[in-house]
Amino acid sequence: MTDNRLAGPLDDPTAEAGYPADHPERVGFFTDTSICIGCKACEVACKEWNLLEADGPLDLSGNSYDNTVGLGADTWRHVAFIEQRVPARDKPQVDLGMPGPGPPGGTSQGGDRDDRDATDVRWLMSSDVCKHCTHAACLDVCPTGALIRTEHGTVMVQDDICNGCGYCIPACPYGVIDQRPHDGGAFKCTMCQDRLGDGLAPACATACPTDSIQFGPLDELRERAAQRVEELHERGVPEARLYGHDPSDGVGGDGAFFLLLDEPEVYGFPPDPVVTTRDLPAMWRHAAGAALAAAGGIALAFLGGSR
Amino acid sequence: MNPRRGERLMVPEAEFQSYYDQPVIKPPVWKVPDVPAYLYLGGLAGASASMAALADATGRPSLRRVGRIASALGATASVGALIHDLGRPERFLHMLRVFKPTSPLSVGSWILAPFGSLAAAGAASELTGIAPRLGSVAGAGAGLLGPAMTTYTAVLLADTAVPAWHEAHPQLPVVFAGSALASAGGVGLLAGAEAGPARRMAVLGAAVELGATELMERSIGLPGEAYRTGRAATVLRAARALTAAGGVGALLGMRHPGSRVTSVLSGLLLNAGAATTRYGIFEAGMQSARDPKFTVVPQRQRLAERGAAAPDNHHH
Ligand code: SF4
Ligand code: SF4
Repeated sequence: MTDNRLAGPLDDPTAEAGYPADHPERVGFFTDTSICIGCKACEVACKEWNLLEADGPLDLSGNSYDNTVGLGADTWRHVAFIEQRVPARDKPQVDLGMPGPGPPGGTSQGGDRDDRDATDVRWLMSSDVCKHCTHAACLDVCPTGALIRTEHGTVMVQDDICNGCGYCIPACPYGVIDQRPHDGGAFKCTMCQDRLGDGLAPACATACPTDSIQFGPLDELRERAAQRVEELHERGVPEARLYGHDPSDGVGGDGAFFLLLDEPEVYGFPPDPVVTTRDLPAMWRHAAGAALAAAGGIALAFLGGSR
Repeated sequence: MNPRRGERLMVPEAEFQSYYDQPVIKPPVWKVPDVPAYLYLGGLAGASASMAALADATGRPSLRRVGRIASALGATASVGALIHDLGRPERFLHMLRVFKPTSPLSVGSWILAPFGSLAAAGAASELTGIAPRLGSVAGAGAGLLGPAMTTYTAVLLADTAVPAWHEAHPQLPVVFAGSALASAGGVGLLAGAEAGPARRMAVLGAAVELGATELMERSIGLPGEAYRTGRAATVLRAARALTAAGGVGALLGMRHPGSRVTSVLSGLLLNAGAATTRYGIFEAGMQSARDPKFTVVPQRQRLAERGAAAPDNHHH
């Protein structure tokens, strides 16, 4: 028997899901956003490999260079762009030849000179993806068994089982999985299950030119990430921090975790996500109590005597 | 006016950061009226079945009759609303493909399927007069499952990342149970001279529905705001008025049980109130899902409290 089936640290979610002991090791993504250049190669490679349609008519969001806006049924990698004005620093944090501030040819190149003298513009870019949670709320609440834990420890929708009930969608604490409108089914990142089976890395990690997206055995990635944060701290980037790496967090740690340069909510991540089913025993207790009270209330109404 | 309300408005807007005000979680894709109707009808059916079973046991054939009919119609329509809401309705039976204790929708389907069958059998026997003994057995079975029907839907909503639902998981089943009693009692008012128990159910249910909703909004912190703003607030105000009016009507009927018009009107008001309450709660959840504030601010507070308890856990 396994403890922590609903929440808490869980060493081997694959075995917990019933796979034999010789199952493949758990793989994941470490997305190091400090070296993301916002090229969106991951978004494109994902769309190509997984044959995903456009999300809708081409539209400009006004959110910096991000016109995809967020993850969705047909967007399984999403690159976030955040422009921040920060106090001027003496040395650049990680110089990768970032593009200049503001839209190309825009007004911010010329105007605002005083302001720009006093501050730097910092550009945060981050490629978001399904976290393949150790305790995945989407998987827990799915009534049909369409969502499964794969032999690689990832979380995947079996499209031929999904009946489009939509329960997984508000259950995900990260807002990842969504419904494809004209199809009715729920869709999200599979970590390229078809490639994993052939010993290949997922399309996004393969396409990423800077190794911002790293794929591999989760244990190795966690070690590598810890080293990278330490290195950045030594190089004078104290704001570098890991997100989703900790097996004792609210989802038991993510299969896809991140190195961030600001608070998680700045990138659109929840600062302290918790798998909703952690509270499920309490929920059923309250519901059972209320149901018993309802039964008692109805019985009392019949004891009143008069008609 | 309530002075507490005033105080609450003085609290400054919580400061928080977000990614271009985008929601952190995905709002449910569940449709209106399908899902609010599914919630309301399931509760009505559940409490009606228990009412009918007790009416059967205590020799009240008229009350049994309305109860059985309401439970069968409610369960059937509830299933219909659920199927209509599915993205792939033709795969409805996949709901019964597995039994998953971690999925309230799976557990709920396994309650709803036998409940609906038993309720339908009870009503069929009632209407045709065929096999009254079996009808009683079926009705008793539906009556036993009835209370579960009134509250599993509360767990269904609460077991999500939607702040206004998840944080309300202790109170939501009480609201739903009260609301179910009110609506079933409201239907039972149609039983004429035998409506006494239904009347007491209606009054009790309305009081619980009103009180527990109020308590829920006040006890869940920031997500409670989602119940007090926007469309949810308007809908819930209407729900309160409908339920209160229906409850008062049912209460007046205790003194003057003769008036059929009052009974029918009270029953309608109570059912409109119960349905509107479900819709208001649904809307509050949607609002809390769309605004990143409701996700980020409580989580930030949680982290701050934890950081204060164990300061070495965090950098800076
Ligand atoms: S991030 Fe969301 S969709 Fe992905 S595994 Fe976790 S709960 Fe499921
Ligand atoms: S929409 Fe599909 S994958 Fe999501 S919970 Fe329902 S059946 Fe499962």
